[in-house]
Amino acid sequence: MSELQKFDIAVIGAGHAGCEAALAAARMGCKTLACVINLDTIGAMSCNPAIGGLAKGHLVREIDALGGEMAKNIDETSIQFRRLNTSKGPAVRSSRAQADRLLYRLRMKKILEHQENLTIRQTTVDSLIVKNNKISGLRTSLDEEIEVKAVVVATGTFLNGLIHVGLKNFPAGRMGDSPSLSLAAWFREQGLNVGRMKTGTVPRLDANTIDYFELEPQHSDQPPSFFSFTNEGEYRQPQFPCHITYTNENTHQIIRGSIDQSPMYAGIIEGVGARYCPSIEDKVMRFPEKLRHQIFLEPEGIETTEVYPNGLPTSLPLATQVAMIRSIKGLEKAVIVRSGYAIEYDYVDPQELLPSLETKKIRGLFLAGQINGTSGYEEAAAQGIIGGINAVHYCRRIDPLVIDRSEAYIGVLIDDLITRGTKEPYRLFTSRAEYRLLLREDNADARLSEIGDKIGLLPKPQYDDFVAKQKEIERAIEILETTWLKPSTDIDATLHQFGSTGLKQKSSLADLLRRPELKIGNLAELCTSEQRQPLEELNRSRFSEEVQLRVKYKGYIERQTEQVSRFKNLESTRIPEELDYSTLSGLSNEVVEKLRRVKPLSLGQASRISGITPAAISILQIHLRKHRSQGSNKPPAAAGKQ
Amino acid sequence: MSSPAHDSLTIAAISTPPGAGGIGIIRISGSASLTILQTIFTPANPPCPLDSHRLYYGTITDPAQTKLLDEVLVVYMQAPKTYTREDVVEIHCHGGFLVLQSVLELILAHGAKLAEPGEFTKRAFLNGRIDLTRAEAVIDILSARTRKGVDLALEQMSGSLYKAVDRLRASLVEIRALLETAIDFPEEEIEIADHQALGARLQDEVLIPLKKLIIQADSGRIVREGVAIVIIGRPNVGKSSLLNTLLQEERALVTSVPGTTRDTIEEYIDIHGIPVRIIDTAGIREDVEEVEELGIRRARESLNRADLVLFLVDGSEPIDNDDISLFETVKHKPLITVINKCDLEQRFDRQTHQQIVVEAVEISAREQTGLEQLKEKIFHRITGDREQWQEEGCTPNLRHKAALENGLRALNRVAEGLTDGLHNDLIMVDLLECLDHLGEIVGETTTEDVLDVIFEQFCLGK
Repeated sequence: MSELQKFDIAVIGAGHAGCEAALAAARMGCKTLACVINLDTIGAMSCNPAIGGLAKGHLVREIDALGGEMAKNIDETSIQFRRLNTSKGPAVRSSRAQADRLLYRLRMKKILEHQENLTIRQTTVDSLIVKNNKISGLRTSLDEEIEVKAVVVATGTFLNGLIHVGLKNFPAGRMGDSPSLSLAAWFREQGLNVGRMKTGTVPRLDANTIDYFELEPQHSDQPPSFFSFTNEGEYRQPQFPCHITYTNENTHQIIRGSIDQSPMYAGIIEGVGARYCPSIEDKVMRFPEKLRHQIFLEPEGIETTEVYPNGLPTSLPLATQVAMIRSIKGLEKAVIVRSGYAIEYDYVDPQELLPSLETKKIRGLFLAGQINGTSGYEEAAAQGIIGGINAVHYCRRIDPLVIDRSEAYIGVLIDDLITRGTKEPYRLFTSRAEYRLLLREDNADARLSEIGDKIGLLPKPQYDDFVAKQKEIERAIEILETTWLKPSTDIDATLHQFGSTGLKQKSSLADLLRRPELKIGNLAELCTSEQRQPLEELNRSRFSEEVQLRVKYKGYIERQTEQVSRFKNLESTRIPEELDYSTLSGLSNEVVEKLRRVKPLSLGQASRISGITPAAISILQIHLRKHRSQGSNKPPAAAGKQ
Repeated sequence: MSSPAHDSLTIAAISTPPGAGGIGIIRISGSASLTILQTIFTPANPPCPLDSHRLYYGTITDPAQTKLLDEVLVVYMQAPKTYTREDVVEIHCHGGFLVLQSVLELILAHGAKLAEPGEFTKRAFLNGRIDLTRAEAVIDILSARTRKGVDLALEQMSGSLYKAVDRLRASLVEIRALLETAIDFPEEEIEIADHQALGARLQDEVLIPLKKLIIQADSGRIVREGVAIVIIGRPNVGKSSLLNTLLQEERALVTSVPGTTRDTIEEYIDIHGIPVRIIDTAGIREDVEEVEELGIRRARESLNRADLVLFLVDGSEPIDNDDISLFETVKHKPLITVINKCDLEQRFDRQTHQQIVVEAVEISAREQTGLEQLKEKIFHRITGDREQWQEEGCTPNLRHKAALENGLRALNRVAEGLTDGLHNDLIMVDLLECLDHLGEIVGETTTEDVLDVIFEQFCLGK
C-alpha cells in the first residue's frame, strides 16, 4: 500500500463536526485524511446562516479555548454580531453572529487546505474495515482501500438521507447533494442501534423581491465583539441588518388548507423532529391561539441576494410555500429561489458511545455531530473537536480527553448524550447545565485553555496571551478588593446619581460593585484621582466584564464551586470496564440491565442514568471497594482518594 | 478536610434505639462534625479545647434562638481513629426522645445530612475500617430497598405526602420553566409572567403549602413520639392533685419513669392514642424564702422541654403577683390556662385578667370535673386541627421534614430573589436547590421534565 493510501486518522464528512475533527487531528500531529462527498461543501451551513445563540455561543468559545477553528472562522466572515441577554444574568449572556454563508465555507476550506498533516479528498466512503473489533481501514465507492488506525464519522444528515417536499420525496444528503447509502447500510450491519431523525429548513428568498420599507431592522452591536479570545478591533466584514416580519391569519389559513399535503401530517415521515425547531405548519397546528409568528429575514451574504426567512421551516408543497410566503407583510412579491424541505436521516443511539465519542463495540471508531442525534452547527463542532482529539489519543494509546459537566458545556452535551441518549435531535440549552454560573462565555478560556495547551492543540501564542490575561484579571480583582473609599458627601452625591445609596462606612470598590445597581464602569468616578488610573485601564480592557462578574457574583460562584467539589467526588470513582454487574448482589435486574447498556465509566455517570437510585449507587460503591481490596488485576483507576 | 470522605457530606443520626430509656446518643460523621459541634455546644467550663477522644460537659443551645435544648456530654473523635475513619462527634443527651430529635434537627439545620440506614457502616467499610462481612449487611439493607423498586422515602410514607410534595414540585417546575424560557429563548415573541406575578404564584402554590406540610410534619411526629406537657403554677394551686387525677384515670396506661433532671418527675398518660409525657414540678421542695425565684427558675428549665404548658391557677383565690409573673414567663409557649377548684366559691377576677383566662378550662381536681374537656383541649392543641392530622398518612417523618425544611430555606431565597428582581440564573441556583430537596421525597427532577413543560406551553424555535 502506497504512502498515499495510509493515514493515522480518516475523518468522513467535512461539515462543522468533520472540519474540527480533521483540524484537531492534523494540528496534534497525526497524518489525517478528510473524505468529502463534494469538496465545494466543506464547512457548508446547510440551514440558517448563523453561529451562536444561547448555550451555543458558549460552545463556540469553548472550542476556541481548546484550539478549534469555528470561532475564528465566524469572526472573519460575520456580517452581523449581537450579544444576547446582556440585561439578564451573568451566566446566560451569549453571542450570536450572522455569517456570509459563502465566505464562511470558503475560509474554512482554505484553512483545511493549508493545514499541515491534512489531506482532503473528494470521495464517498462505502464501508469501514474492521479487524479484531478494531478499525483498520476504509473502502471508497471507487474501490480504493485506505489504511487508517482510527476513523471519525461526521456524516451529518447524509446517512440514508431522504428529502421531503410535500408528498414528493427522494434520497439526498442535503438539497443538491447525494446521500451516503452504503455507509448507512454498513452501520446497520454492525449491530449498532440505529434510528431515524428528521429536521427541516426554510425556503430561500430573493432580496430584490422583498419590500423592506416598513419592516423593523435589527443592527449589529457596537462596539464590535468577537467569539475568539484572540480577536479585537473592528468587524472584519461590512455589517448588514436583519429584518423582522410576521405571519398572519391569512398565512395560517393557507397552511391549514394544505395540511394534508404535509409529509409529517400525512404520516410519511417516520423520523422524530425537534420540538424546539418546529416547522411553521407545526406551530400553526399546535398553537392555534397564536395569531402571528415572528420571522427574521436574514441576509445570506455580501455578494448574494439570497435571504433566509428564519422561522419558516416547512416541508409543504412548493405551491403552498409560495402562497404562504406571499401572504406575509413585505414578502407580497417575494420569489422563492430554493424550496424549503424536510430531511430524514439515520442516527446512531449515542448510548453506544464512550465519553471519548468512541463506539463501545468497535475500537477506533469515533462518531461526531448529527450522526449522534444532535442538531446545530455548534453542537456538531464541539463533538468534532473532541472526536478528533480522542482519535489522536487512541492512536497514541494515551487516556482519552473527557471534559466533565462542571468544566464546560461540551461536557454537559457529551455526558447527556452518552448517558441518557436522546429521542429528538438534541440541542443544548443553558438549563441543561447544573453549574451554569461557572460555565460562562466570558471565562471559557479560563476553563479550557490549560487543557488545550496540555493536549498540544491550542496555539502557543494564544495560550501565552491567556496566561497573561489571567494575571491581569487577578490583579484587577485585587485592586477592586483593596481600594477603599471613605464616606464623604462627594461620593454620596455620585452614588445617588447612579441610583444607589450613600456610604455608611469605609468600603472597598468590590463591596460597591456587589450592589446590584452599580456597574464596573461606575467605579472610576467614585475614586480619587490617584485611585482612578488602574480603573480606567480596566474599563478599556477586554476582560472588564469577566472581572465584573467574578466580583459581583462571588457568593453565588463560591456556592456552585462547592457543589462542584461534591460532584467531583462520585465522578472520580472509576468503574472498571470489565465489571460484570449481574454478579453483584443487591442490584435489581432492571438496574443491572441499564448499567450494562450504558456501561458508565464512573459512579457519577452511573448516578445520572435514568432509574438508577441512590441505594444502587451505594451498593456499587461498596462493590468497587471490595473489588479493589481483593486486589483485582485491574483496580479502578481513581477509586477513593486515600 | 481531615477525613478521607467518600461522600463529602457530613451525616448525623440518633444512634441509640428509640424508646430505650431517657438517654440517647447522636452521632455525627464527616468533615463538618467539629464545626457543627462548636456552633451548638456551650461548655460548662470554658475555655474548652474539645481535645480528641475526651468527654466534655455542657449544654446544647440553638444559637439562633438562644434556646437551651439539653444538658449533654460530648466527645469529638478526630479521624482516622474512629468508627468511620472520618471525624466523628457523639452527643450524649439526657433528655427523652423528643429532645434527641430537637438536637438532631438542630444539627441538620447546621448542614449535616440525615444518615441513610447503614450509612455509618458503609462509610466505615469504604474507608477501610471494617471487613466485608459487615459491609454485606449494609448491602442487604440497601438491596431490600432497591428490590422493592422504591426509595426508602417512598416506602415509609403513604401516598398522600408524596402527592402533596409532588404538587409542590410540579408548580415549582412550571415556575422554573417560565424562568428558563426567558433565559434560553430571548428573541421569541412570547409573554412570560414577570417576577412579581411569579412571586405571587410561588407564595400561593409552593411556599404556603410547604409551610403547612412542615407544620403537619410536627403533628405527625407528635402522634408517633408523644409530646411533653409541663404543669406550671404557684404553690398550692393543685398541681399534684391535677397530676394524680389525670394519672388515676389512666392508671392502666401509666408508666413511671424517674426524670433525668433532678427534682422533676415524668409520667406518661395516653390521650386519644397520643402518648403524653407530663413533667411535674410538684415534687420540688418549696423553701419559703426561695419560692418565687426557685419556682420561676424550675419553670424555665421544664419549659425548654415542653411542647405544651398547663398554666394552673386557683379559682377560689384572687390572682396574685406570683401568678402574673409566672404567666409572663410562660405566655410565649403553647399554653392552656386551667382554673382549678371551681367547686369552691370563685374569687378569681376573670374580667381584669382576660389575657390569662382566654380559652381557659375550668376543673375541679377534687371533684374530678372538667377533666374530659381538659383532655379534649390538650388533644386539640397538640394535634392542631383534628381533621388535618387524621388525614391518613400525611405525616412526614424526620427525614422528610429535614428535606422540606431545607427546601423551605432555599425557597425563601427564591422568593426574595423574585422580589428583589435578581437575575433569573441566580434565582435558579436556589430554585434548583429547592427541587433537589423535594426530590429526596418525590425523586429527581430532570431537565427533560422542564423542557417538556416549556415546549408544551410555548411555541418556540425559529
